[in-house]
Amino acid sequence: MENKNGKAFLYLLPAILFLGCFMVYPLIDVFVYSMEEGYNFASQTYFSVGTYNFSYVLHDPYFLQAVKNTFLMVVITVPISTGIALLISLALSSIGPLQKLFQTIYFLPYVTNTLAVGLVFMILFKKTAYTDGLVNLILKWFGASSVDFIDGPYWAKMFVLCFYIIWVVMPFKILLLTSALASVNRNYYNAARVDGTSPFRIFYKITLPMISPTCFYLIITGFIGAFKEYSDAVALFGTDLNAAEMNTIVGYVYDMLYGDSGGYPSYASAAAILLFVIILTITCINLMVSKKHVYY
Amino acid sequence: MEPKTDYEVIEKRARNRKRLSQTILYILLTIWAVLVCFPFYWMLLTSVKGYGEYNSEYIPKFFTLSPTLKNYADAFTSVPLGRYLLNTLIFTVITTALMLVVITLAAYAFARLEFKGKNLIFTLFLSLMMIPNELVIITNFATITSLNLRNTFAGLILPSVTSVFYIYLLKENFAQVPDSLYYAAKVDGTSDLKYLWKVMVPICRPTLITVGILKVIECWNSYVWPRLITDNEKYYLVSNGIQEIRENGFGRENIPAMMAAVVIISLPLILLFLIFREKIMSGVSQGGTKG
Repeated sequence: MENKNGKAFLYLLPAILFLGCFMVYPLIDVFVYSMEEGYNFASQTYFSVGTYNFSYVLHDPYFLQAVKNTFLMVVITVPISTGIALLISLALSSIGPLQKLFQTIYFLPYVTNTLAVGLVFMILFKKTAYTDGLVNLILKWFGASSVDFIDGPYWAKMFVLCFYIIWVVMPFKILLLTSALASVNRNYYNAARVDGTSPFRIFYKITLPMISPTCFYLIITGFIGAFKEYSDAVALFGTDLNAAEMNTIVGYVYDMLYGDSGGYPSYASAAAILLFVIILTITCINLMVSKKHVYY
Repeated sequence: MEPKTDYEVIEKRARNRKRLSQTILYILLTIWAVLVCFPFYWMLLTSVKGYGEYNSEYIPKFFTLSPTLKNYADAFTSVPLGRYLLNTLIFTVITTALMLVVITLAAYAFARLEFKGKNLIFTLFLSLMMIPNELVIITNFATITSLNLRNTFAGLILPSVTSVFYIYLLKENFAQVPDSLYYAAKVDGTSDLKYLWKVMVPICRPTLITVGILKVIECWNSYVWPRLITDNEKYYLVSNGIQEIRENGFGRENIPAMMAAVVIISLPLILLFLIFREKIMSGVSQGGTKG
């Protein structure tokens, strides 16, 4: 028996080592960091223990800006992307030919590098001395005046960011919703058709309840993903997000840790823990709501 | 005769309505497909426009009559794009290979071996899935820095090696292999390691390949950790490379050359996707979380 235990742990050893060093230990350490006041990265010393780091972060205008941006992004992108994805998947599942082709095309953004494609979006939306950019050209066709979406007003920047985020998260949602729709038992639809049920009622009374677990999974992961938004913003506005007023909470954590304003792991830890608390709260609310509305 | 014609009219109307709704669906789907493809088209188009041509177009053109490949040559000569690609390749291959070994061993222990506290340890493993990367990255940064591993491949690779989720996925797959095979192998005196390598791995190869491909995509696109851990251009991966190119590369105005670099960086994954389309899509619908 002893020998057997030993062998099993030998198999588990690499995984336990890696997880212990890079997940469990850091998880404990991040709380330690967040309580150490005036921590100095170079000398690894600190004055005292307390909650000053949290109050510093909560009073930092950059953090408040980041929180505002993140919440705006979440509120805008999660409902819109889930809604459009649902519409597209419904359309996809009710056509015959070309379905595979469309599915393949829609999935493309998933495998591409966000930083790289973000650059293309930046060029499409940017206004420079040489050109107004393609999007502004289209705006002009409709008689609107041109706007610099990358260095311009706040709402314009927020618009591009949300647009890009939706473009990036769509493939995952479409994929999951299409496979959920495909797994609904055809008999329900046939029975409804025999009864002469209207398409809207079929959707509301059959389709939606049947795919509700997938929808809620997407909403929960969508919230979590949107709260952790960072690299899409970097792709569009560059690494100095504070200057662009487009920082996110995760961006704030990394800026505190590293970069021009970096070297404050305590503040970074405090901000990361605050983010975690926000995500946990929202996820719990989601789960509570889902208990009422999801049919497993 | 009256009722018969009535049916014909009804059927015809129904057919027409169906045709109309199908047309509308196709139009809507095509609009979204164009929205998805357009950035790719634009980056290809811009990458073959000449520098002068691009900058003289106040109103951007949707096509070019004089495509040039000079930008691609520039992308490799005036910025170290080749090095970024090589770094990313090394990082991706080593990380994926190491991860496959680690998760195979762990999944085998959970699926096949009996030991004290197995359920407890497995539950602990699963609970680690809840931990967001942002919480642990701060200490990892400090750890790697204090080990003097910044700007090394070891520093890049080590924290990215394990994935609890993939252990879980593989364990489920291993558990489906019938027990009788294991006992037969034991009777023949086969060692566990040999059984794992000769029986389990070949049977579960599809899952292993899927997990491997998903990890390759993740590695190729990873940005945050490499950015924290490398500030020497020699160790940049493509994501950091593209950011560096954008900020200090060709000169801010040489957009066509930038787009050539973007095309080169995006191409490997798009090819991978087209080859393994089914595998990637079924793998992501099982366990992807991006979004």
